[in-house]
Amino acid sequence: MSSSFQERQLMDAQEVSRALSRISHEILERNKGSQDLALIGIRTGGVYLGQRLVTRLQQIEQREIPFGELDITLYRDDLSIRKDQPEIRKTLIPFNISDLKVVLVDDVLFTGRTIRAALDGLMDLGRPAEIQLAVLVDRGHRQLPIRANYVGKSIPTAREENVQVFFEEVGQVDRVSIITGSHDQ
Amino acid sequence: MTWTRKDLLTISELSVEEIELILTTAESLKEVGGRDIKKVPALRGKTVVNLFFEPSTRTRTSFELAAKRLSADVINFSPSTSSVVKGETLIDTARNIESMQADIIVLRHSSPGAADHLARFVHSSVINAGDGWHEHPTQALLDVFTIKEKKKQIKGLTIVIVGDVAHSRVARSNIAALTKLGAEVRVVAPPTMLPLFLESLGVKVFYQFEKALDGADVVMMLRLQRERLGRALLPSTREYAKLFCLNSERLKLAKPEAIVMHPGPLNRGVEISPTVADSSAAVILDQVTNGVSVRMALMYLLSGAT
Repeated sequence: MSSSFQERQLMDAQEVSRALSRISHEILERNKGSQDLALIGIRTGGVYLGQRLVTRLQQIEQREIPFGELDITLYRDDLSIRKDQPEIRKTLIPFNISDLKVVLVDDVLFTGRTIRAALDGLMDLGRPAEIQLAVLVDRGHRQLPIRANYVGKSIPTAREENVQVFFEEVGQVDRVSIITGSHDQ
Repeated sequence: MTWTRKDLLTISELSVEEIELILTTAESLKEVGGRDIKKVPALRGKTVVNLFFEPSTRTRTSFELAAKRLSADVINFSPSTSSVVKGETLIDTARNIESMQADIIVLRHSSPGAADHLARFVHSSVINAGDGWHEHPTQALLDVFTIKEKKKQIKGLTIVIVGDVAHSRVARSNIAALTKLGAEVRVVAPPTMLPLFLESLGVKVFYQFEKALDGADVVMMLRLQRERLGRALLPSTREYAKLFCLNSERLKLAKPEAIVMHPGPLNRGVEISPTVADSSAAVILDQVTNGVSVRMALMYLLSGAT
């Protein structure tokens, strides 16, 4: 890790956990329960968050809720201008999304381009009754007309700042931070 | 790791990491083939030209399908209907195609090294779809992908390649890929079909099919290229079938869970018995399915490097 690396914490583990608990209740409230509900996490951060939301929802509802993992690489809008191709990871959605109320889950909502790609990706897989969006952090600076239905925390940021979500699943302490300076992971 | 090559010309030049990147990319892309709508927009606006100077249905169709599933535009170009019959050279043909803004040229040619030669003259990415007896890298990649899918890993497997290794680009590419990935590769055929110094490629040479099969995890059959029999490699097809046809009795000599592969087209009753070809041990059709995923992966990776 380089020496110019600096981290300013925006949410700690407890805040992340509380935000997820609140979002799970909001999802159930808005959808009047979990009938026809499915969650799909966007790789990679959205998958961890989605899994945690599903665990909470299943505890509350005492029923199985379908969960899928979506890789949006093939739908990115910068593939034809990039020099190096981003790594493609697996899309694993083991159920038919048609006629379901799909809650798309991502960690940080920023320009909205990832969500645009995810929407296109989902549409290729079926015709959901509805798509909703849940994010842990909304940091503003949208470049597309996209808005989240469930937000863990809205955090005003400068455009060039780097917001990172760290996950227990990859051996980190759960937290959201602004990273400044160069950092080699 | 990031892909940096402009072209895919041979397996020999690839590192283990590059092979693995192609395989994992193909693994992720395989899901697209199982969808109702088998199309993703990754290569929208790109043009892929299939330039086939030798007859091929399977490989050309596979490349075409791979390109179309990625939303690229595909042009098929075959010499009998082109200005090649009017005497145009390979490079001139390719430069003309390139002037039409082709991003990827898929070349099959009867001369070894044709793809390599072409790649030096054009800015487009070149994929070698078979150059003479030299290499057929995408076939080896789809074979490795299929073996890995069935056996989880390549390292430590015993893989027998059976047939006319001397005239087989499929065998050459597979030997390169499988030895790199740590398999024990055995080759077996009549001596006329095995080149000298074959051991220098890191394989074990056998002349008796039964001995080579002992303890095999994978039996990879090569097509008996009957069009080449004029070269007096064999007394007769019947004799070859008697000694080298993979039938149920012979297959029992391999491991019980062994898989059988064949690059197609099959000569039923010559190198493979219909019973074996249609048995659950045969993964021949999986190879065809996986071929599309592997070629999608390559086109995806190459389209970034151009």
